[in-house]
Amino acid sequence: MIHDFGIVWTERALLLSGLANTTILSVLAAIASLLLGFALTPALMSKHLAVSGTARVFVDGMRCVPFLLFAYIVYYGLPSLGLRWDNWTSGLFALIVYNTAYMAETLRGAWVAQPREPIEAGVAFGFSDLKLFRRIILPPLLLSAGPVIGNQTIQIIKDSAFLTIIALPELTHAASSIQSRHYVPFAAFITAVFLYWGLCLVVEAGVNSVGRLAEARR
Amino acid sequence: MAALNKVLDVAGVSKRFGANEVLSDVSLQVDKGETVCVLGPSGSGKSTLLRCINWLERPDAGQIYLNGQRVGVSGAGIAMSDRDLSKIRTRVGMVFQHFALWPHLTVLQNLMEAPVQVQRRPKAEVRDEALALLEKVGLVEKRDAFPSRLSGGQKQRVGIARALAMRPDLLLFDEPTSALDPELVGEVLVVMRELAHEGMTMVIVTHEMGFAREAATRVLFLDRGRNVESGPPEQFFAKPETERARQFLQRYAGDTANGKH
Repeated sequence: MIHDFGIVWTERALLLSGLANTTILSVLAAIASLLLGFALTPALMSKHLAVSGTARVFVDGMRCVPFLLFAYIVYYGLPSLGLRWDNWTSGLFALIVYNTAYMAETLRGAWVAQPREPIEAGVAFGFSDLKLFRRIILPPLLLSAGPVIGNQTIQIIKDSAFLTIIALPELTHAASSIQSRHYVPFAAFITAVFLYWGLCLVVEAGVNSVGRLAEARR
Repeated sequence: MAALNKVLDVAGVSKRFGANEVLSDVSLQVDKGETVCVLGPSGSGKSTLLRCINWLERPDAGQIYLNGQRVGVSGAGIAMSDRDLSKIRTRVGMVFQHFALWPHLTVLQNLMEAPVQVQRRPKAEVRDEALALLEKVGLVEKRDAFPSRLSGGQKQRVGIARALAMRPDLLLFDEPTSALDPELVGEVLVVMRELAHEGMTMVIVTHEMGFAREAATRVLFLDRGRNVESGPPEQFFAKPETERARQFLQRYAGDTANGKH
């Protein structure tokens, strides 16, 4: 058994590059889906039924599709519509679009729960547009949505493992290659599990520090 | 000369929400240093009138002038740009019923936020002034606390200090003590009374009849969106001219006798 882990150790470069790719995928997908989620949230809350209805169909639709199936559609299905992307573009696109729906729904919930009066006070004190959003609306929104955004980021990290099926060289793919090359499935996969766990601990730490900031203000 | 002293001129303002006429042809002039208390039953349009003054609500008819400048409408009769509106709003401080402090900022930061971010005044100067204002409302030791850690009375005193930090020409109070426990009302009224003595120009929507009687220079009585009666408080409280005002005052007198107020 120790010997098996020794074999994994000799392949550490492959594992680390897988870890790096998983990190890059997750960070890019988390940031992009959060920003797109912010853009989609006003549409979800729009008074125009056509706008809010369309946004609602997208959000509910995405949340009901298994991610693996969605990744298949993007990589194998879209080429029959003439959209042919490499596995990086497809994987990142799938992660971002899929999680935008979750982020938008999360932010909508947090936004609706915000008290109206402090925002109105911002307007009365001369804040408008972007400055109102950036200085008055956004900070309490992020503080209250922080834990859920953190959870979603962990979900993104785990979803990224599915992208191994489109041969994206992320962490699960690296562990899988090592096991098939050396026949050490337990050692290879357990090592990957611990690396995912470490990644999630980093996100947890971030969520906890946001939580402490929010607690002082609650 | 009198015209130069006029801080606020509300001329024939009307506002309806759907079929409901909330304000109907209400006018009000406020001179520098005056404390005008707006009284009336719930739903009489008092808060809407206040919110029209800084354009949080757009009136359907009538004009509002602040120091001679038309609010909300620029020269050519078109809607004012956000920038110009923002400039006018920084000259009108507002105190809210539910305090409306910014929860993510400390007490001191709440005071400094608009002067620094909107008025773009130097930070050090704003900070010194904000600390002096906190001293004035008796909360300087709470400067690094977040609003959630304060009592209602303390929150509202911060709310008043935050409005004063803008160096406003006019202060608007929207039922500043209505959300407070009875024993906390006094500490807020003390601060407001002091401002009245110092000659701050204020329009105050309130249900505190005792405060209106002793601190107001003038009283405006609204009922169902109409300006039913106005005048000096001695006259209004002792000899109201209209039946509506008499009934209104009687109800408050009854409440006081029953210990409800």
